[in-house]
Amino acid sequence: MLKSSPFNQASNSVTQLMLQVILATLPGALIMFYFFGWGVLFNLLTCSLVAMASEAAILKLRGRDFKSGLSDYSALVTGILIGLALPPLAPWWVAVIGTFFAITFAKHVYGGLGYNPFNPAMVGYVLLLISFPVAMTSWLPPQNIATNAVNFLDSLNLFLFEIDSQGNKLNFYLQNADGFTMATPLDELKTGLSMGFTTAELQDKLILTGWVNQGWQWVNIAFLVGGLYLLTRKVIHWYIPVGMLGAIFLTSGLLTWIDPDLHISPMTHLFSGATMLGAFFIATDPVSAATTPKGRIIFGAGIGFLVVIIRNFGGYPDAVAFAVLLLNMAAPLIDHFTQPKVYGTRDA
Amino acid sequence: MDSIQYTTQYQFHGGIHPEEHKELSNQHSIGELGVPPQLNIYLGQHNGQPALPVVNVGDYVKRGQLIGRMQGNLSANVHASSSGTVKEIALRPVAHASGMNDLCVVIDTDGNDASEYLEPIADYASVNKQVLLDRVAEAGIVGLGGAAFPSNIKLMPRVNHLIINAAECEPYISCDDRLMRENADELINAIQCVQSIIGAQHCTIGIEDNKQEAINALLLAIEKQDPNNNSHFQICVVPTKYPSGGEKQLIELITGKQVPAQQLPLALGIIMHNVATALAVYRAITKGEVLTQRLMTITGKAATIRGNFWTRIGTPFDWILEQAKVNTQVLDRVIMGGPMMGFEIQKLDSGTVKSTNCTIFAETNELATSNNSLPCIRCGLCADACPVSLLPQQLYWHSKSEEFNKAEHYNLFDCIECGACSYVCPSNIPLVQYYRFAKNEIVRQSDEKAKASHARERHEFRELRLQREKAERAERHRKAAEARKKAAMQKGEADEKKATIADAVARAKARKQQSKD
Repeated sequence: MLKSSPFNQASNSVTQLMLQVILATLPGALIMFYFFGWGVLFNLLTCSLVAMASEAAILKLRGRDFKSGLSDYSALVTGILIGLALPPLAPWWVAVIGTFFAITFAKHVYGGLGYNPFNPAMVGYVLLLISFPVAMTSWLPPQNIATNAVNFLDSLNLFLFEIDSQGNKLNFYLQNADGFTMATPLDELKTGLSMGFTTAELQDKLILTGWVNQGWQWVNIAFLVGGLYLLTRKVIHWYIPVGMLGAIFLTSGLLTWIDPDLHISPMTHLFSGATMLGAFFIATDPVSAATTPKGRIIFGAGIGFLVVIIRNFGGYPDAVAFAVLLLNMAAPLIDHFTQPKVYGTRDA
Repeated sequence: MDSIQYTTQYQFHGGIHPEEHKELSNQHSIGELGVPPQLNIYLGQHNGQPALPVVNVGDYVKRGQLIGRMQGNLSANVHASSSGTVKEIALRPVAHASGMNDLCVVIDTDGNDASEYLEPIADYASVNKQVLLDRVAEAGIVGLGGAAFPSNIKLMPRVNHLIINAAECEPYISCDDRLMRENADELINAIQCVQSIIGAQHCTIGIEDNKQEAINALLLAIEKQDPNNNSHFQICVVPTKYPSGGEKQLIELITGKQVPAQQLPLALGIIMHNVATALAVYRAITKGEVLTQRLMTITGKAATIRGNFWTRIGTPFDWILEQAKVNTQVLDRVIMGGPMMGFEIQKLDSGTVKSTNCTIFAETNELATSNNSLPCIRCGLCADACPVSLLPQQLYWHSKSEEFNKAEHYNLFDCIECGACSYVCPSNIPLVQYYRFAKNEIVRQSDEKAKASHARERHEFRELRLQREKAERAERHRKAAEARKKAAMQKGEADEKKATIADAVARAKARKQQSKD
């Protein structure tokens, strides 16, 4: 076959990039497993399998070569990201619906790999969040402070049948050491703030109930570590994570400076919820993000800004998914206005 | 001497670090490839209009004899590169990316290598510049770095700063490297000669830091030839990064300035010549040698004999293949030029040209040759690698969907086709191929547009002419009708007068009659 220059190719490939992303999720996934138990693994497994199966089925339906289509592992990445975003011990069908929708509608309806304007994992996640709000906000407390820790068998039963062998439903396991049912710290802060408590009071309460320095901070730190790995391997650029984390810090910093009692502090924002997962693994999805260097900083900053705004003033406790999707929409526009200066047009 | 050599503080955007593979060919000293039994000399091998053949089939030619005369403003003379008989002047496969056939002069060599030279101009400094330019044109010198642009044109302007391109950034190629190591003294004289022609006060030699031996050789030669450095030589060492040898990239590396878009280096008061070109110019002037040979790298893992060889222009690749003892069992393909910007020689009976700086006999899996690509995942690695700060993926989308005006809006024509974007693409998309396609289409369409608009203008002019003629005819007819009418009316008036007179006469007669009665 005739080929024109260059006859030279760096030894990187989409497959290698995707595998490195998967590798980089490991620390976060392990920490999540440590704090939230078997449900995390069930979600990851189910989502991965459904993602690969949906990808294969759709590729087959579209008459594409599904072996090479699967071997780029992009579907697996989508599956893993959804799996990491789901509450542990959400029923199995949540994982199945979300992943199937992500691969089929958010990815392949638009043309498959490289053509989807929205981040497939986040489309799947938002679909679930809107459709099944209760299941999607029922997060287990970290197991070391949970009143009722959940073992493997009970986890499996809850995952498959929504009831364990003793007849307990998920609610039973959602109680923390005080016997209170709690969602995530972000959720707790948000509810508390809306009930008229100050952040200081809520922070005390969180410390009392053993939330601080448990679970979420470590999960975020682990994803930060994974993200730094991706940065050093040049799988991702610093533009989007720095833009996003910087904007979160500045926006929440400004809000807490205006009124520290009513707004969540920058550090809490940075190390809770899906912040680090979002900054390094979700917002950096190249297909749906802005592509120019300047554009990527703006894209990340837009996400960070919206995350803080939605977390503080919106109806949902976390906001990464919505913020990412909103900025996905803006990506072509951002690209249009941030074209780099071509050689020779720079001001002397 | 430290003040002559310095490391640049500037850089250009992007660039890549492909494996160099220079050691395959730069270990041996320069050799002679010799005279092949047949030469296949392409008349259109330079940038510009092809040369017109000035010999006939059956003519005996000597080495250095003119066989193709330049025509037009942008063209170059072509000479026989050894003595023999003209066997054919016909369309033959040529060393061109398209693999097309074009007009060649085929010479059966006689092995005597009888040569003819031009009159040497020893004291070039005292000669009128035009004489020197004419000599360079006469000798058929073109840019030997790869562009094959007629050198006499590039020597015309007077500027203050001459840059000698000795970067040789393409992997595999080492001919300039060896030339500098082995012919440094002559090279320094050659550069001084070029400097004198363009009147440059300063001369910077740009060279990558992977050629320390060449740098040392040049430093020694400068010390010997020009101990006080009256020529204001500087050797600017640039980091090894492809494409540092691109004209605009090297200028940015050396001066920190960018050549303004759509302009020539002249805009910055700079002219750049390749190091081998300088030598060819010098030899044409001081020795009367026309361009019948050049230094060429023979390399690639399928070749047993590798190195750099003086090669006659028009040497068939299949003959080179034999000389290099290529293992045809493992030979995958033959590339002319480097792996980044070269092209595959499809017909091995085609001959080398003046820009053939390298022939790579690549074995299976030595070079990337797969066209299988995955969809673009918009990772942006291409934009990071682009030395021109383009957005290669936007260019790709628009070229692919044939939205050429949008591709132009994204500065398609600033692309230098260096291949850095394709090199880093994780989806292995042949990006440069898309850009070439888009550029060709745009040029073709604008040609057609120009033709169409010319035709339209002609049509409109014709319509206008017809209308004018019609209007003129109508006007003539109107005038004629008026004249007739006038004539008719005048006639009528005359009748009326007569009638009045007759009436009056009649009345008078009647009155006379009455008075009589």
